[in-house]
Amino acid sequence: MSRISSTFNQLQAKGEQAFIPFLMAGDPNLDLTQELVLAAEEKGADIIELGIPYATPLADGPTIQKAGRRSLAHGTNLNDIFSLIAKIRSKSEIPLVLMGYYNSIYNYGLEEFATECEEVGVDGVIIPDLPLGEDEELRAYSESLDIILLMSSTSTEERMKSVAENSSGFIYAVSTPGTTGAREEVSKEVETLVKKLKKLTTTPVAVGFGVSKPAHVLVINKFADGVIVGSAIIEKIEDNLDLIKDEKEEFVTKVTDFIYSLSNPKT
Amino acid sequence: MTNKKGHFGEFGGKYVPELLIPALEELEEAYDKYKDDPEFIEEFEYYLEQYVGRANPLYYAERLTNKLGGAKIYLKREDLNHMGAHKINNTLGQILLAQRMGKERIIAETGAGQHGVATSTVAAMFGMECEIFMGAEDVERQALNVFRMKLLGAEVTPVTEGTATLSDAVDAAIRNWVENVDDTFYLLGSAVGPHPYPTMVRDFQSVIGQEAREQILEAEGRLPDHLVACVGGGSNAIGLFYPFIEDKEVNMIGVEAAGLGVDTDKHAATLTKGSKGIIHGFKSYVLQDDNGQIMPVHSISAGLDYPGIGPEHSHLRDIGRADYEAVTDEEAVKAFKLLSEVEGIIPALESSHAIAYVKKFAPKLDEDEIIIVNLSGRGDKDVYTVADRLGVDL
Repeated sequence: MSRISSTFNQLQAKGEQAFIPFLMAGDPNLDLTQELVLAAEEKGADIIELGIPYATPLADGPTIQKAGRRSLAHGTNLNDIFSLIAKIRSKSEIPLVLMGYYNSIYNYGLEEFATECEEVGVDGVIIPDLPLGEDEELRAYSESLDIILLMSSTSTEERMKSVAENSSGFIYAVSTPGTTGAREEVSKEVETLVKKLKKLTTTPVAVGFGVSKPAHVLVINKFADGVIVGSAIIEKIEDNLDLIKDEKEEFVTKVTDFIYSLSNPKT
Repeated sequence: MTNKKGHFGEFGGKYVPELLIPALEELEEAYDKYKDDPEFIEEFEYYLEQYVGRANPLYYAERLTNKLGGAKIYLKREDLNHMGAHKINNTLGQILLAQRMGKERIIAETGAGQHGVATSTVAAMFGMECEIFMGAEDVERQALNVFRMKLLGAEVTPVTEGTATLSDAVDAAIRNWVENVDDTFYLLGSAVGPHPYPTMVRDFQSVIGQEAREQILEAEGRLPDHLVACVGGGSNAIGLFYPFIEDKEVNMIGVEAAGLGVDTDKHAATLTKGSKGIIHGFKSYVLQDDNGQIMPVHSISAGLDYPGIGPEHSHLRDIGRADYEAVTDEEAVKAFKLLSEVEGIIPALESSHAIAYVKKFAPKLDEDEIIIVNLSGRGDKDVYTVADRLGVDL
């Protein structure tokens, strides 16, 4: 069983939900990403989603685009990210999911990518522009890797069924139409979507896109198995960039305190 | 679930966020339904004739032929279409489809502005709301086309991301589509993008090759030996090539933009210099760096500076059915002047690339060989760029 599945199992046994923060690898730099990952785990993160920076990310809003550009500005590539993960793995067993665009992975080589993931201890991948139907060539190389598929409320029942059957680790339910980015309310559609998916499969369902406040997490935890927060955390990073030069610890504390407020939302 | 529809060999496909899958399936279903529908075809043909002004001539460029001294050169006069380029064949087809699908809002990306103008034109004609995404640098380079679009009632949104050119405009348009998928029809301007766009755009543009085929048979009693067309995304080229694909004796040559030279980092010669990758929802050859980041591209012609190429072209190249060459900015400008002086036809800078290749190619051929060149657009929009290049102050 993968690290991701056993994490969900343990949480479900306790009646809890997974909290999954998103961090862009290399934003603001690779050392700080490592520190943030380790500190986030201490502050209640159950799984970490790490972004592979891509200059033209179709499914991402301005916040994550900017994070990607900050990381690319100092040349972050997949090899750097694999080294980062190897370092994290020497200190932590937290499940790690890579989120990236297909061209980065295709260009790296599908077989090489899968081998490297296995070697350094990547547990799953989320590839927003690789929908079910185009993913066979990657699946051919990645038996031990969870391929986490996205699902939105606009898809047909038939497609939901196929995604439910083929997504491993968990299913990423997209909460609002559109791209990533912080939003005010949790949409009703996503609750309906999660309920539909849960009828189709025992694979856990986590909700992402637009989750930005502890109150959102509380609402989503009532019907889903996990919640993913991306843009809101990246905004916190962006707001505190002036600290990274002289007050690194303060920077990490500010970001991870915010992560704590989301992973332990108060009613 | 193996769905190989929309793949040209290993290229093409649908590499898009899940959110767009329902929209693409809806489009695919609608296109499959209407493409063979006699009423749809009749309406498309009616507007091609009455509004676009087709059939346009296949003109024997006798003076150019004599000047170059080799093969006989025919020009397919897409520049004579309403609004001055081949783009309108496709926008007309797609807007008729959008109408049948009950969509109210049209969005499109544009490079040189030709597709933006062609989209704004049909949106005005059919009374639909229209927003055009255009790289901020192209907005600058193509002020005349921007004004045209606005005159036609479209909203023009400059895109400042990346290199602020065509590729970034496509990103912005796709992102806007993701956000507004319910009421919005994305009218894609070239034979690129996720399935079914490359197939659909090719089909709407195939009128070019169908006419050219009939016209050359009428004029010469035989098929041509060579077809030449410029390639950015590749819609005018695939429109000319496709009706000849089964005629193995007809050579097909696509001409890419070599910019300042294919050995510099300022070109857009995707098949000449690129490698396999994924861009804008499809697999094809792309210009990318070692880490799979799409590279900035350059061409004097805003319609050719695209870091990808239609998937069917990648396939035709890899199976050896078509060849792809590249010509530089400088060669294109010379060809622009040549055709203006010799034939009294000012070609678009895009089309000038095809002419530039013919300038090198025709003299090597026998006098009884025939070349058809796609003159995909007129050059009025480019006179400022060319004047600037030639050091003429307008």
